[in-house]
Amino acid sequence: MILQALFFYLFAILCVGAAFMVMAVKNPVHAVLFLIFAFFNAAGLFVLLGAEFLAMILVVVYVGAVLVLFLFVVMMLDVDFAELRAGFLKYLPIGATIGLLLLVELVLIVGAWVTAPEIAAQSPTPPLAQVSNTAALGAILYTRYVYLFEAAGLILLVAMVGAIVLTLQHRRDVKRQSVAAQVGRTREEGVELVHVESGRGLR
Amino acid sequence: MTIGLTHYLTVAAILFTLGIFGIFLNRKNVIVILMSIELMLLAVNLNLVAFSSFHADLVGQVFALIVLTVAAAEAAIGLAIVVVYFRNRRTIDVAEIDLLKG
Repeated sequence: MILQALFFYLFAILCVGAAFMVMAVKNPVHAVLFLIFAFFNAAGLFVLLGAEFLAMILVVVYVGAVLVLFLFVVMMLDVDFAELRAGFLKYLPIGATIGLLLLVELVLIVGAWVTAPEIAAQSPTPPLAQVSNTAALGAILYTRYVYLFEAAGLILLVAMVGAIVLTLQHRRDVKRQSVAAQVGRTREEGVELVHVESGRGLR
Repeated sequence: MTIGLTHYLTVAAILFTLGIFGIFLNRKNVIVILMSIELMLLAVNLNLVAFSSFHADLVGQVFALIVLTVAAAEAAIGLAIVVVYFRNRRTIDVAEIDLLKG
């Protein structure tokens, strides 16, 4: 139990610290790397909560795909980030005030949280002591929530098509191979037989 | 020394607040704003998973999975828009995105 508490505080402090550094660092590449670190620590918190599958999804999908996409975009855009940070401190007082107010409200709500004991009995969850987290998640995701699951797949499809449509560009100044024109060539337009008289040459 | 639901919810609250704080602080840089949104979505996921774990109810984790999907889609589309916008205007300053002002 003491080990669990120790790891909770380790992950929680590192996660919050990394999240703060995302806002505070100057270099956006460092900000993305701190965000990756925060997500790794959040995955550790998920493991502590017994949600192993989501923790692995967080590492694979989030760190592996989404945040690397962020890294690509940050490195691809030739932006003067120092200029974008001008006026950084101007918004610090109002931001800190609103943030602090919100935090106090949230913690006050969370601290007084009570749950009715009969709620858990109504859930469709399989007995968690006998099956693993991944198997239990699959057992309800593919049966009771299968339409939600397919809707998630459709959302990803739409996002993929949208991102490709947005960023695809046809450049007119680049010469491309036309496979259809090459394959559709006939002998008549490809080869020409010419009779050349000797001593006259070809005009 | 036992870690209860309140501990996890407090961490999630701090992460969410930091996300809002980041949006206030970096009001010009679209990429940092997108990263702040990711942070807020992570806080929401942490809330869902914490409730799911402490109530022994897996529906919260199913919901967190859907939130993760939507967040990934949102990041992809958002970054695509940022790239297209940079291609057209050579800047990603939020204050200059006013073409639709009318």
